[in-house]
Amino acid sequence: MIAILKYNAGNIKSVENAVKRLGFKCVVTDNENEIRNAEKVIIPGVGEAGSAMNYLKKYNLDTLIKSLIQPVLGICLGQQLMCSFTEEGNTECLRIFETQVKKFPPKELVPHMGWNNLQNIKGNLFKNINENDNLYFVHSYYCEISENTTATCDYILPFSASMQKNNFYATQFHPEKSSLIGEQILKNFLSL
Amino acid sequence: MLKKRIIPCLDIKDGRTVKGINFIDIRDAGDPVELGKKYALEGADELVFLDITATIEKRKTLSLLVEKISREINIPFTVGGGINSLEDISVIIKAGADKVSINSSAVKRPELISEIANQYGSQCVVVAVDTKFESNEWMVYVSGGKIPTTIRTMDWVRKVEKLGAGEILLTSMNNDGTKNGFAIDITMEVSSALNIPVIASGGAGTKEHFKEVFEQTKASGALAASIFHYGEIPITELKNYLKTQKILVR
Repeated sequence: MIAILKYNAGNIKSVENAVKRLGFKCVVTDNENEIRNAEKVIIPGVGEAGSAMNYLKKYNLDTLIKSLIQPVLGICLGQQLMCSFTEEGNTECLRIFETQVKKFPPKELVPHMGWNNLQNIKGNLFKNINENDNLYFVHSYYCEISENTTATCDYILPFSASMQKNNFYATQFHPEKSSLIGEQILKNFLSL
Repeated sequence: MLKKRIIPCLDIKDGRTVKGINFIDIRDAGDPVELGKKYALEGADELVFLDITATIEKRKTLSLLVEKISREINIPFTVGGGINSLEDISVIIKAGADKVSINSSAVKRPELISEIANQYGSQCVVVAVDTKFESNEWMVYVSGGKIPTTIRTMDWVRKVEKLGAGEILLTSMNNDGTKNGFAIDITMEVSSALNIPVIASGGAGTKEHFKEVFEQTKASGALAASIFHYGEIPITELKNYLKTQKILVR
């Protein structure tokens, strides 16, 4: 069973649908036991970091997430929440990655919205994926590049399009909205 | 690099696509989900579903359709057409739409833009602007282009950006249906003045028209309907052409 974390963020339905399309059973839940016993956990999300962190803390989901030992995938806001701090609402986050999340300087249109290609890909998530494959992004804040970066993308400046540390995986792009390439990445995670 | 988006638009009435669609390679081209899937496989970057149903059953049929699209389609999609209230919009977003497009309802009550942006984020709000050039001015029209307003297009797009719109879908009524190309001048003016993406719409007839709008304006995407529905320009072919012309597409 795949657990998709239920919290106050949008876009959860799309992730649920994508997981089901790939033939995996999943449940959208905030129940501790269900989450602990799941084979994989996905933290989806479109939303605002401050209110999302407040919600996670209020329901003790922050400590739960950090204590998970199965593969966990954060998507979009999910990736940003796994970092140490975000400029969005000056919010302390989960600190799984020692990475800062910053607002894009307004040198181009912000949000970064649309299809962009990956560079410097490495790790299990990118099996059968090529450099320059395009993924769908929608975000106004970006995760800095660090030793945990497993793919970069360039918009205004280079940033972390994907990150990994131990059992924690994250993508800034939306695999559930990124056509066949996105499905392959999601499948790579679900097959870990 | 961020790619320019190619966006087919599907008109829906009572849950079915309208316009004389004639495909031999899909079972049911009248089914918006089947047609949307076909476009997604061909390389469409996003889809727009415009519901032109005008019955009291609309909300229910539309939300069922959106749920079905969300289950089956793996690229972002926008839903629009006669969406008037925050309640309608909530239903559509919860059913799985990535964005909603509003037009007349935004002109009637501009605060609606901020209300959606505050609740679901700016990236959800597409403001569709129907514009017509007359007496030397580009003016805003509402009700599917039937009713003129006294609002100048440039004033309106600046206002909707301030109110929190995430994107503008700009349709030139002078060009729509002509197949003579997009309205380069107003698309250039709007896309240069704003810091949100502008999607050009109305007038696409050839592959060169897409090249022209991407080279001569700052449009982030281009939308078309009939040339895709009638198979005049397959999306794969359009994208291959744009690549040879050094336009960045997926």
